[in-house]
Amino acid sequence: MTGKVEKIKTGIENAGVADATAAVVKEDSAWIKNKRYMYFASMILPGIPILSAFLAGETGNGLWLWSLFIVFYGILPVLDQWSGVDAANPSDELVEELKDDRYYVYILYGATIMHWIALVYMAYTVSTLDISWFSILGGALSIGLANGLALVAGHEMGHKVNDKVQVFFAKLILAVSGYGHFFIEHNKGHHKDVATPEDPATSAFGESIYKFVQREIPGAFRRAWELESARLHRLGKSEWSLSNEIIQPALITITAYTLMLAYFGPVMIPFLAIGAAYGWWQLTGANYIEHYGLMRERDANGRYERCQARHSWNSNHKISNLVLLHLQRHSDHHAHPTRPYQVLRDYPEVPGLPSGYPFMLALAMFPSAWFSLMNPKVVNWAEGDMNKVNIDPDVKEEMFKRYHNPKVA
Amino acid sequence: MKKYECPDCGYIYDETLGAEHEGYPAGTKFEDLPDDFPCPDCFVREKPDFVEVEA
Repeated sequence: MTGKVEKIKTGIENAGVADATAAVVKEDSAWIKNKRYMYFASMILPGIPILSAFLAGETGNGLWLWSLFIVFYGILPVLDQWSGVDAANPSDELVEELKDDRYYVYILYGATIMHWIALVYMAYTVSTLDISWFSILGGALSIGLANGLALVAGHEMGHKVNDKVQVFFAKLILAVSGYGHFFIEHNKGHHKDVATPEDPATSAFGESIYKFVQREIPGAFRRAWELESARLHRLGKSEWSLSNEIIQPALITITAYTLMLAYFGPVMIPFLAIGAAYGWWQLTGANYIEHYGLMRERDANGRYERCQARHSWNSNHKISNLVLLHLQRHSDHHAHPTRPYQVLRDYPEVPGLPSGYPFMLALAMFPSAWFSLMNPKVVNWAEGDMNKVNIDPDVKEEMFKRYHNPKVA
Repeated sequence: MKKYECPDCGYIYDETLGAEHEGYPAGTKFEDLPDDFPCPDCFVREKPDFVEVEA
């Protein structure tokens, strides 16, 4: 894309600059507006398991149920690398024009309905067709990946706490995989503690994803429950009440899963368990990637500095940003958590990932490959000063020995 | 009754309204909020960051 680059003030603090600038090119506005149709991907992707379940039923070939799994790991990373980077930022005027456009929200409501249909239809298919356990596994893992995408849409809507309808849909879509506590844990917990050792949803340097998940899933649930209990106690209510916003989506999940078990039989036990767990695993992967090793410093009073742009990993990869609602523009998301996805911006000099999340998620599952790619990036970010890195305490000594080499000012 | 603005997202804490959903009833004075009171919209700014809005 060509055109005059304009530097605009953003109000974001980064690397000691209180008001970092972002690059805006006026000619990009048309492209940014055109993206509105591409966000349909959020409704199309859950359509893949629906279509594949239909095809499996028509042909009797259960291997169709692997479709979304193959699309996600086989096609998306390749498309993502091939389509390249989209660094276009909306201007202030364009942000004003797009940020309150309800169209972008309605897509997510549509996605919510699609995800529920996908789950139920896939459940129906695996229970009625005479197919192998391998095909059922493919269906469960494909639904798991869809559940991961549902969590992304739930994340987006769950931030809009002053919009009751969006919060309702957030609960509904998070309930697809039984992860309703997420929006409380994420908004009030993760965003507060991000890039500190206290955050169970921030991964530490030298910590593999397999170690991280054991801290993340229980830690996040505990934090959500504590935050919600504290809120209800301030209201003079018990945590065991229907006002509990963790219990509300949990009831949706329990009801739906019980009905599927009753109508579709015992195959639902492995199917639903694998589908939900694999959805949670996608979220664990995203959390693992987003702040790996990065750490906020404490001020003179011991209070952590506010989260800056430099405390998140980012990616401008085009296809994955369309699919993941610009979640990969993560620095801007943490700077302005309520900013809608269609107007998130990229910033110069923010920590950058070499690829989008689909590839990085796959890479994270191979810890030695992950460490050899990402560790030098974190060390570089900290200018060799390992005191500034959020290191897994179990390997702290070893990591210091290996990497500590601060630049002399 | 005073008003205080979140410097990040623009949420305004109005003492006459409080923050009901978060358990701070209408009429709760800003000074009576706990120090770790987070902005009830964006949750990334806390009480010490809020700026009083001139009436």
